[in-house]
Amino acid sequence: MIDEREIRTFVYGTTQYFEVAAQQAASLGSPYLATQGAPEVHEYTGVITVSGRRQGIVYFTAPRGMLTVLLMKMNESNVSHENLCDLVGEVANTISGNARRDFGNQFAISVPTVVSGASSSVQPPTDCRPVVIPIHWRSHSAKLVVCLK
Amino acid sequence: MPDFTQSASRPIRLLIVDDSNIMRRRIERSQQIRHLQVVGSASDGQEAIEVFRATDPDVVTMDITMPHMDGIECVEKLVQLKPDVLILIVSALADKATAVEAMEKGANGFLNKPFSDRQLNEALEELLGLATAT
Repeated sequence: MIDEREIRTFVYGTTQYFEVAAQQAASLGSPYLATQGAPEVHEYTGVITVSGRRQGIVYFTAPRGMLTVLLMKMNESNVSHENLCDLVGEVANTISGNARRDFGNQFAISVPTVVSGASSSVQPPTDCRPVVIPIHWRSHSAKLVVCLK
Repeated sequence: MPDFTQSASRPIRLLIVDDSNIMRRRIERSQQIRHLQVVGSASDGQEAIEVFRATDPDVVTMDITMPHMDGIECVEKLVQLKPDVLILIVSALADKATAVEAMEKGANGFLNKPFSDRQLNEALEELLGLATAT
């Protein structure tokens, strides 16, 4: 069973990025449990792997349009594929940093990896149901997926 | 510690170390400290040492999580090369233990990612001892 405090830490790490780096807050949609396997990913995904007291993955997945506007809001004019990968990695890095602060040595949290491509396979553990938290920012929507057992 | 409050005639030399290209560019673009001049950038600890030797910076912004050599190890090596260099850690690792370890190795300040332009400039001003002089 996922602890609400854990979810809150991951959510805060994500929304904090928009609020501080782009000076424009993101809002949350209603969280839900994925019913059929891994939730679909957008074009860019930053993944952190968790081990220790909990095991699994946490990922932030966002469409190109959202990341492009986020980069532009950060006054970055180069919206190349490399910079979009960089950005989704930085968001995941912030999620990871917050989790390390809040959970300390209960969890071992990996350095983020970045996956690009809407059809990329980001595979949560098969024996747990991912919690999906929609993240809305301007006219765009992304997802934070927490799958820990 | 060097005194930068009277450095009107001489630029203060800044090296930016971060594995993220957008972060390196962001720091360069956002810093607005008078006389602070970016003299180089590096994407990992090993490259940072090479660029440091070539450019002799006064100030370094340093990420922690990087390939090849992380920021903590790099801080230790840079301080050995130039004991009075000022190092600002700029990292998403928000836990106290990481900050303490970096300070013990010789870092002088800590700024959490993500940061606003104002937070970056305030951290640099504080690092340079300019917080009340500007």
